[in-house]
Formats: sequence, structure tokens, C-alpha cells
Amino acid sequence: MTTIQKKATIGQTNPIAHLSPEDIELIAKELDDIRQSVIDTRGERDARYIRRVIRTQRQLELGSRVVLLASLFPPAWFVGTVGLSVSKILENMEIGHNILHGQWDWMRDPKIHSTTWEWDHATPADQWKHSHNELHHTYTNVIGKDNDLGYGIMRVDEDQPWHPAHLGQPLWNFLNAVFFEYGVAAYDLELRGNLRRGKQRTEKFRREARAVVRKIRKQVTKDYVVHPLLSGPSFLPTMLANFTANTVRNVWAHSVIMCGHFPEGVETFEKRSIDGETKPEWYLRQMLGSANISGSKLMHIMTGNLSHQIEHHLFPDLPSNRYREIAPKVKALFERYDLAYCARPLPQQVYSAWHKVVRLSLPNGWLDSTNARNLPIQLKRLYQMTTGGPKVRRALQARLVQEQRRALAA
Amino acid sequence: MFAANKNLPTDSRVAVRNASSLEDMLNGMSTSIAPTRGWRARAARVAEAATTPLVPADFLDLFAPLRHGADLRGRVESVHPETADAATLVIRPGADWAGHVPGQYVRIGVDVDGVRCWRAYSLTHGPRADGRISITVKAVPDGTVSPYLVRRTQRGTLLHLEQADGEFVLPTPRRGETTRLLFVTAGSGITPVIGMLRNLYPSTDSGVLRPARSASYDIVVLHVAPSEPDSIFLRDLRALEAAGAIRLVARYDDEHGVLDLADLDAIVPDLAGRTTFACGPAGLLDALAAHHEERGLPLLTEQFRVSTLVAGEGGTVTFERQGVDVECDGARPILEQAEDAGVLLPSGCRMGICYTCVLPLREGAVRDLRTGELTTAVPGETVSGGVPVQTCINAAAGPCLLDQ
Repeated sequence: MTTIQKKATIGQTNPIAHLSPEDIELIAKELDDIRQSVIDTRGERDARYIRRVIRTQRQLELGSRVVLLASLFPPAWFVGTVGLSVSKILENMEIGHNILHGQWDWMRDPKIHSTTWEWDHATPADQWKHSHNELHHTYTNVIGKDNDLGYGIMRVDEDQPWHPAHLGQPLWNFLNAVFFEYGVAAYDLELRGNLRRGKQRTEKFRREARAVVRKIRKQVTKDYVVHPLLSGPSFLPTMLANFTANTVRNVWAHSVIMCGHFPEGVETFEKRSIDGETKPEWYLRQMLGSANISGSKLMHIMTGNLSHQIEHHLFPDLPSNRYREIAPKVKALFERYDLAYCARPLPQQVYSAWHKVVRLSLPNGWLDSTNARNLPIQLKRLYQMTTGGPKVRRALQARLVQEQRRALAA
Repeated sequence: MFAANKNLPTDSRVAVRNASSLEDMLNGMSTSIAPTRGWRARAARVAEAATTPLVPADFLDLFAPLRHGADLRGRVESVHPETADAATLVIRPGADWAGHVPGQYVRIGVDVDGVRCWRAYSLTHGPRADGRISITVKAVPDGTVSPYLVRRTQRGTLLHLEQADGEFVLPTPRRGETTRLLFVTAGSGITPVIGMLRNLYPSTDSGVLRPARSASYDIVVLHVAPSEPDSIFLRDLRALEAAGAIRLVARYDDEHGVLDLADLDAIVPDLAGRTTFACGPAGLLDALAAHHEERGLPLLTEQFRVSTLVAGEGGTVTFERQGVDVECDGARPILEQAEDAGVLLPSGCRMGICYTCVLPLREGAVRDLRTGELTTAVPGETVSGGVPVQTCINAAAGPCLLDQ
């Protein structure tokens, strides 16, 4: 039974109950056709697009770094920092992420190819391609399989039993946002599991860890040593500018990615649900497990077109500039089969995702059943659940769920 | 056609050279060229540290793609129509262009519909003070690259280049002796020959020059074309003949009928005293080779395309390090099919000459499309590290494991 089906049994609607196996096959057929229509028309226009983005990003980076040589002057610091932040966002998202997906391999340009590209990120491209392209894109939103989902450290679904340690997850999520590239590197390495394993760590882990350290050393040397030194008297302001730009990029990337799979309305799946999964069922999981950000063309470019997370997850290797073009067809398909196409503006999606993080950091039902009047008693219960044993937790949890139902019914 | 893929000349010199390039390639792997000392090297290291994970060249390329030290590129400066379906491109090559020997070709990488394609074209320019080079391209009706170059290339287009290469060049004249040559050219097979003739006899405003260095050549050109208007460089050939530099025999299929080699002795009475240089389609070259072999006459040929002799059986080709499997049929080279599947492989001439595309075959069998020869690799039995195979002229003959 999938998590979706289980939810249906406890009163929520199962979003795919109305689909027959034939429907699912037909949906896959239509998606294949959409994919093929893009492949058939890939060409000069697309190549021009990615080259222009790369050229713009490099000019912007170069210009910003030059301006930052005089970062002692606040206007220069401000302009340079904004420029570098935008440049780093473009480099990671519209350029790096998408090239590493192989979206541009068809151009046969050895300089813009998933096997040769390296990006401005703590994780070496090779390791990221494995954890992201193979694991995340294959096991999208499958609890326990998809590391992107809560990065292995968070509670992402009501079905996961609550533990007092989860209270910290808004803080972890915030820290993960600020130091996102290092968080990504850590989960690409499966650092937690490997640290726990102690002496049994594999040679593969050791090799990859060395590669990550080397990569981080180069990145840190560039942003916090070389460019500050080149700035002479502006050493410290430049260092701060680079740190700011990295942080802006980290928080932005984290927000966009959270919006992709975390907002309310996005489904998660149990490990068992994907046993023997067919390609059409995989398509369906991608459709239900992703969410879009609506907005302007500039917003799409700045999110690396991950604002079209649904289209990206259906077709991870199609050129990113095409997602916007096929989105209306995909959306129409959702509507025809009565499926929820989850798309909202960025602030709403970010709020929704954070709300879910906070809600799931607390016992099921706690947030919904709490109001100004019962706050003291709710806090007391939370304290008891946090300090008490499993028995206390189970008993209080049952009461919370009951009250939540009553609150929702009222 | 002459998408101008030059094939293995039948001359034995070339075979020797191929062997040595494989050796060079293997030896070259361990040598390093970057300087490690001095302020230049230190500055280079700082620049690298400042631009990682990119390299300084990535930024310099934004402003000066033709500078010293850049990957070799060229900018199209003008396109001149030659016939209804052929054009000459004048190209300003990058600063590191090392020049060429007349008759040689240059490999050109051009993005057609966004996809990087490489083809070889003969260099057709004569001596030029401005250092520009030119190629002449005939549009093949169903071609990919040549119609693009002839009809859609615009001034300012940036092309990727390799240094000039090729063995189809003039022999060095022996002191005091006359070098007697016969050029047999068919269609755009004229292009390497015009490159040689223009360098021997430069064309200027005051007519064709006959410098002293060219005095020892005695040249007959037998030019074959479907019809007169299809003949590229016919005006040049006629001017050369008018100046007395060459003897021109033009044969048009529609006018004279298809050339029969039995007539060769009548067309060129002193054939026995000449070295023949031939460039054109495979049929003509094969016939010439048979004709000359029978008489023991010297022949140097330049072919434009690999002709498939024996197809392989096909199979799954696994690129070990990239972790990619490609289903390959037995009729086309592994290189081509892997590229179609989005795999990036080293490539060079695409006709089995340059050995840029060699990859170690760890396990499996491949068949040489030109000769039908089978190459197999069995772990533990054949050389450890894999048998080096050229992916551009080998097709899969069963499942293959390549170290890439």
C-alpha cells in the first residue's frame, strides 16, 4: 500500500483512486510524445540559449569580481555582492545543475557536457551526478530512498513516528539553507551513515571524501584567500562579499529545492510502493511528487527552471529552456486526468514548505489543535511528550489526533 | 560526395606514418608540457586558483577566442559562391595556426543545428599576405555539414579548427630534374589540387605568376565533372592553362561521356613518365588503382569518405568509466553511434588516420568497416589494459567493454 493509499483510508482522498491502469498507460504515452516533440526540435535556438546564459554568467562574474577589488567603498561592495550572488545562482542552477543532468550533451560540445563540467559547488560534479541524477531522480519522494527528501535528517511525513529530536528540525533546516552546498556534499557522501560505520568505512567513501575535501579547499581558497588578497586593502570586505554571495546562493538554492518537493499537496511514497514499478507508474510518481513555482521568465531562469520542477522531473534531460514551453501541455494533461498540478508563487511555496517543516517537527496534530486558549496545556503536553518515554508519547499522540479531528471538523 | 572525408591514401608511406602516430600517442601520454617555475607559472597558478572550477581560458575566450594559447578556432570573414552549390569560405585562423603544406586539409568543427560536427576540407587558398586561409565546400544534397557551410554560414561565425594535416602534397622536386605529374580530379576532388596549383603559380591582378621555384614542374590536370557549370575552379584552371603553367584536359560526362580509363594513354601520352595524384569518389580511385597497379605506375590518392567493406554484427557497447551502455548496429562506427546516444568520445579524422579516437577495448570484438578485419580482446589473454581500437572505423561485433 502506498502512503497515498494509506492516507485515503484515514479520511484524505487518494489522488489517483480514479485512474485505471489504462489511464496511467495513456498518460505515459502522452508524456512520451511531449518528450519526443522537444527532442525532434532541439537545435540552434537552444544551443544559442545555453551559450548566452553561460556567456552572461561569466561576464557577470568577471565584472563583479573586478568591482569587488574596490569593495572598501560601500557602493562597490553592494554592486559587486549583488552581481556575484546572481552569477553564483546562475552558475549553480541554470547552468551547472542542468548541464550535469546531460540536458546539453546532444550539442556534442566537449566544453558544455555532463561528463566534463565542473561547478562552483562543494560537491564534485561526479558525486553529485550519482546522488542526484541516479538516486533522487529515480526514487523521487520515496521515504528512506530519496536523500533529497529531508536530506535524511528530517521528518517529512506524518507516517514517520515523531521523536523529540525532530523538534530541532526547523533549526537544522535553517542551517542547511545557509550552508546548503556543504549539506549537499555531506549527503552525497552519505556522511552520517559512514561516520557511524566507523572503521568499516569503505575505500570508496575515503576516496570520495578526499575528493570533496580537495574541492572544498579549492573553493574556499578562491573565495576567501585569492580574491581577498587580490583586493589588497579591501581584503576583508571582499571576503565578506564572497561569503555573502555564497550564502545568498545557498539560501536561494535551498528555497527553490524545498519548493520542488516539500510544499503541502506534494505526495510522498513508501519504499514498498515502488517494487516492480513500471515506467508509466514512475511518471505518475514524478507528477504527484513535484511542485512548481509560478512567476516571470526571470524567475524561471534564476531557479534554473526548477520552477518547472514537475516538467523537470518528468524529463530531467530535456533542455531547461523548453520546460516553460511544454508546461501548458503538461498542465492540460494533469487537468484532463483530474490530477493536482501544484503551482504557486515562490513566497507561498516557501511558506508552505516551511510550515510543513515546522508542523512535522511537532507531534501529529499538535499545530492544528493549538490555539491561544489552549496554548499552556498544549505546551505542557509537548513537554511531557519530549521528556516522557514512548508510552507517554503514544498516549498523548492519540489524544492530539483526536482533538485535531475535532478542530478540523468544527 | 565529397563531404571531404579524406580516406587512407593507398600509398605505403602513410601506413608507416600511422604506425608512428600511434607510437607517438602512447609515448605522449606520460610527458608533461606545462612550465612549473618562474613568475609566469606562478601567475598562471594564481589565475587558476582565482577562476576554479573554470580555467582562465574560459574567461579570456569571452574576449579573444583567436588569441595565442586558445583552442584553435577560426572566424569566417567572407563566403564566396563558386558554383550553384559550392562556396569558398575565407577564414581568419587563430594565432596558433601553424600553416600548411599545399594539398593538405584542415578539420573543421561547426555547430549545425546546435550539434558540433567535424569534417575535413582541403585548403584551397594560394599565398596570402594577410594570413587568411580558405576552404571550398560543395553542398551534398542530403549532407549535414556541407549545405550548412555553403548556404547558411555567415560572416563572423566562429569555427573550431585543427592544425592542417594530410599526405596528399607535392613531392619535393629533385635538383636538376623535372617533376612530371598528372592530377586526376573528379568533382570537388579538385580542391586539394587547386591548393597546390595556386601555391605553385600564384594568381595576381596582372595574371598568373610562374616563379622560378615552380619551373621544374610539368603538370597535366585531367578534370572530370558531370557537366561544365558544375566545375569548381574551372576559371582558375583555364587561366593556369592560358599562362602555360599546366596542360588542362577537362572531361564532362554530359559532353564526352563517362571517362573510360582505357583512354588514359590517349589523353596523356606520356603517362608512363608521370606520377599520378588522384582525388575523387571511391569508384574512380579504385579503378585508377587497378589500372596503375597493372602497369606498375606510381599513384597517390585522396579519398573523401570511408567506404564500408564488411559490416559488423552489432552489440551493446559499454563505456566503463562513464557507466553508459549504447546499443550499436554493425554497419556504422562505434564513435558515430555513441555520439548519437549523447556519449562524448575523443575523435579526430573520423576515417581511421589520426588515432585520436583510440580507446582500450577491454573485452569483446570489433570489426574494421574498411577491411572487415576483426579485433578481439579477452581479459587475461590479450594485453592488459585493453587492446587499443579506433572507434571511428570500427563497428561492434558483439558486446564490447571500452575503457572510457
